Amino acid sequence: MTVLQSKVPDGPLADKWTQHKNKLKLVAPNNKRKYNVIVVGTGLAGAAAAASLGEMGYNVKAFCYQDSARRAHSIAAQGGINAAKNYPNDGDSVWRLFYDTIKGGDFRSREANVYRLAEVSNNIIDQCVAQGVPFAREYGGLLANRTFGGAQVSRTFYARGQTGQQLLLGAYSALMRQVKKGKVKVFPRRDMLDLVNADGAARGIITRNMVTGELERHAADAVLVCTGGYGNAYYLSTNAMGCNVTAAWRCHKRGAFFANPCFTQIHPTCIPVSGDYQSKLTLMSESLRNDGRVWVPKNKGDKRPPEQIPEEDRDYYLERRYPAFGNMVPRDVASRAAKDRCDAGYGVGETGMAVYLDFKRAIEEQGKEAIEAKYGNLFHMYRKITDEDPYKVPMRIYPAVHYTMGGLWVDYNLESTIPGLFVLGEANFSDHGANRLGASALMQGLADGYFVSPYTVGNHLAQTTPGEIGTDHDAFESVEQEVQGRIDKLLSIKGNRSVDSFHRELGKIMWDKCGMARNAQGLKEAIEEIRSLRWAYWENVNVTGQGNQLNQELEKAGRVADFLEYGELMCRDALAREESCGGHFREEYQTEENEAKRDDEHFCHVAAWEYQGDDKEPIRHQEELKFENVELTTRSYK
Amino acid sequence: MVAMKIILHIWRQDGPETKGAFKTYQLDGVSPHMSFLEMLDVLNEKLISNNEEPVVFEHDCREGICGCCGLMINGQAHGPDHETTACQLHMRKFKEGDHIWIEPWRAGAFPVIRDLMVDRSALDRIMQAGGFVSINTGNAPEANSTIIPKQNADDSFDAATCIGCGACVAACKNASAMLFVSAKVSQFALLPQGQPERSTRVENMINQMDQEGFGGCTNTNECEAACPAGISVENIARLNREFIAATLTSKK
Ligand SMILES: Cc1cc2nc3c(=O)[nH]c(=O)nc-3n(C[C@H](O)[C@H](O)[C@H](O)COP(=O)(O)OP(=O)(O)OC[C@H]3O[C@@H](n4cnc5c(N)ncnc54)[C@H](O)[C@@H]3O)c2cc1C
Ligand code: SF4
Ligand code: FES
Repeated sequence: MTVLQSKVPDGPLADKWTQHKNKLKLVAPNNKRKYNVIVVGTGLAGAAAAASLGEMGYNVKAFCYQDSARRAHSIAAQGGINAAKNYPNDGDSVWRLFYDTIKGGDFRSREANVYRLAEVSNNIIDQCVAQGVPFAREYGGLLANRTFGGAQVSRTFYARGQTGQQLLLGAYSALMRQVKKGKVKVFPRRDMLDLVNADGAARGIITRNMVTGELERHAADAVLVCTGGYGNAYYLSTNAMGCNVTAAWRCHKRGAFFANPCFTQIHPTCIPVSGDYQSKLTLMSESLRNDGRVWVPKNKGDKRPPEQIPEEDRDYYLERRYPAFGNMVPRDVASRAAKDRCDAGYGVGETGMAVYLDFKRAIEEQGKEAIEAKYGNLFHMYRKITDEDPYKVPMRIYPAVHYTMGGLWVDYNLESTIPGLFVLGEANFSDHGANRLGASALMQGLADGYFVSPYTVGNHLAQTTPGEIGTDHDAFESVEQEVQGRIDKLLSIKGNRSVDSFHRELGKIMWDKCGMARNAQGLKEAIEEIRSLRWAYWENVNVTGQGNQLNQELEKAGRVADFLEYGELMCRDALAREESCGGHFREEYQTEENEAKRDDEHFCHVAAWEYQGDDKEPIRHQEELKFENVELTTRSYK
Repeated sequence: MVAMKIILHIWRQDGPETKGAFKTYQLDGVSPHMSFLEMLDVLNEKLISNNEEPVVFEHDCREGICGCCGLMINGQAHGPDHETTACQLHMRKFKEGDHIWIEPWRAGAFPVIRDLMVDRSALDRIMQAGGFVSINTGNAPEANSTIIPKQNADDSFDAATCIGCGACVAACKNASAMLFVSAKVSQFALLPQGQPERSTRVENMINQMDQEGFGGCTNTNECEAACPAGISVENIARLNREFIAATLTSKK
């Protein structure tokens, strides 16, 4: 028997959420103000949840590490957000959105969660429009849609190449409104460094005030962790510099199971690495593949400039290999195909680690203006970074770490294995299986924040006595001391290597051995290498400055220390999953055509890891996935 | 392209109460492909290896959208490149032997926290005063029941792209936040959703801006020139019209 209770309600798929909501316990309106709720993170998930809970009458404290809630990394999302509105009348429905998402995830997610996601998707668009989010529109004044990967309908709503920005500013403005009303208090420049549990439930957090260096205790009747993804385990990724696993990892070490940590998404279209000083990678939105065509030269080592390579010498390999979806295959498929071409020696650019994304035909057919209207800011950004004009020469792109499907395990209520600890947005594992389709993370973040957690958190609170445990409880004292101990230790080492140098080294191990393709031997080596790197870190890292002041090196040092533990778990999980599925490609398990080969007999489950102590092996639990409404098929985009 | 040597003059200041000063550093091996912040990373690596404290500067997304980074570079907010944040500025804009002066945003409403980092929470408080549409979660009508002419939607979007960086304030000799406020007011004034609170919004936001100690606008347009998001001063003209209309009809 598994210890994992998914709490998926009975009944027909399409009725589950409605019936479940009808059964959830409610807190009476005049009692809501007695409850305190902590929301860590002010991205789409956190800002939406904090604003909604504040509107309902709870007292909310919201935390973020940036100087303003508006700067969470959701701001950087470019391409769009899915919903099953079927405005283009192309046959879309809640069922199709559900089916595409579950298939896109290579059948490694829960049917009921994904269905609910599709079901509330339309409410999200309504909500955002009402907030004044300026989505793109048609000339008739109605909302416009575009196509994203893994779908044959047009269901993506967008605001030029800045959809995440507009959605986040919508949620942020709702949050600011609640701040003014006194229902939400925002604590910016705070790093959540630990979770406090007492009497078997989450009761609060320890944060570090990043300006003064002070440790602070915050108690609440529920804690919502909405802290985003862990892509920075690879050092180079499309994430922001501060994105971290710390909040989630600390919850894990306090008892929350971590699900599918090896499921990471490598995005096919990013600007390639240019030098050792590189600090991050920049995404070029998937929406570009609507009009851009991906190709490499047909002849190995063809060094002619792209415009001099005639059509007959070009290999549009996605169109060739996947005629049905062409350039719009899902991300995992497109990324592996790019790697395959570059590894085989067909790559372009100085390093040979790039392929072309070409807009020539689209510009000829639609005109430069039309392309500019759709992607202007992306072309601008590309030019800034590379000094090349993509209206004239094709973009050079290469896959990069982008999104993490794995995350803290949650049940249908988005509650982790610690009662009262909820996990929302990219930080949980819930809806995307082994591969996320484009434009579905924004949808999930807002679904969790606006339309799921307000109900399910209320259900938990209704069964909790408000303010039972305060910050004077022993649990706060002891956790705070542990946090202080860790900080003191980091500052006392004063070795001779910078924090960044360790992070880069970890990133290289992860990218080489737990990246786009993995195998048992490499993963075993990676585990050993990470362990010795971790050991070296605690002997030899140099963290300058003091703890009782603003100290960016110390902030990074804590994050890297956690990545050095977490990276090992990612590799372990990748090693244990002896199949290929979605973004997890084990070289030992592939078809003759080099496509991922799933093993539904043995691996149709969620792997959820339980922490046992620093020197002990974690336990791998399994939540079996039952498919009652869809048939498990081999994903084919041919 | 070959690596360059540059001379950096960087404002160092331990805290809000202490006095700051420029400190000079020489940096070799700067690749023209580096971003400006990557260049500062390289400097910081060097400082750390000499056991000196690295330069504090704010940054996060490094792709020009979060609005964290903000540096005065040779007297220009975000540096010499048009419509470009400091994080998107690349070293190819500089040449061998250049002297580069780097300072924090200077404005009474943005006190320095440390080195190049300032406190911009005043901008959040302006947003709290009225930068929203009062609608609770779950109350929204069907999205396509509101028809919005494409031109209005596009203009509203253009105003909505403000990243909240504060460069407009830093570039302005009066340290006015008019461009920032006008962007939000315009976004909503152009949309039907913004109409019910149209006049209270503009009044409340302007009042808050005044309370925070930002200066008035004397139409020098330095803000527009510095703005990385391309927010146009036409929005300020609209803001003024909105404000006059609001005060004429004000019931207060
Ligand atoms: C470049 C880019 C483009 C993307 N484009 C798209 C797209 O077009 N469509 C789509 O659907 N998805 C897209 N995604 C994915 C999507 O943007 C993210 O998955 C989603 O926005 C995550 O939202 P979130 O609320 O979970 O987390 P985030 O927005 O990352 O927010 C995390 C929050 O947690 C806080 N936080 C983190 N750690 C701590 C800590 N230790 N202490 C205190 N606070 C902390 C941060 O301050 C922040 O407020 C894109 C992602 C990237 C990187
Ligand atoms: S208006 Fe421009 S300069 Fe001012 S805060 Fe917004 S983006 Fe920055
Ligand atoms: S770091 Fe985000 S805008 Fe520059």
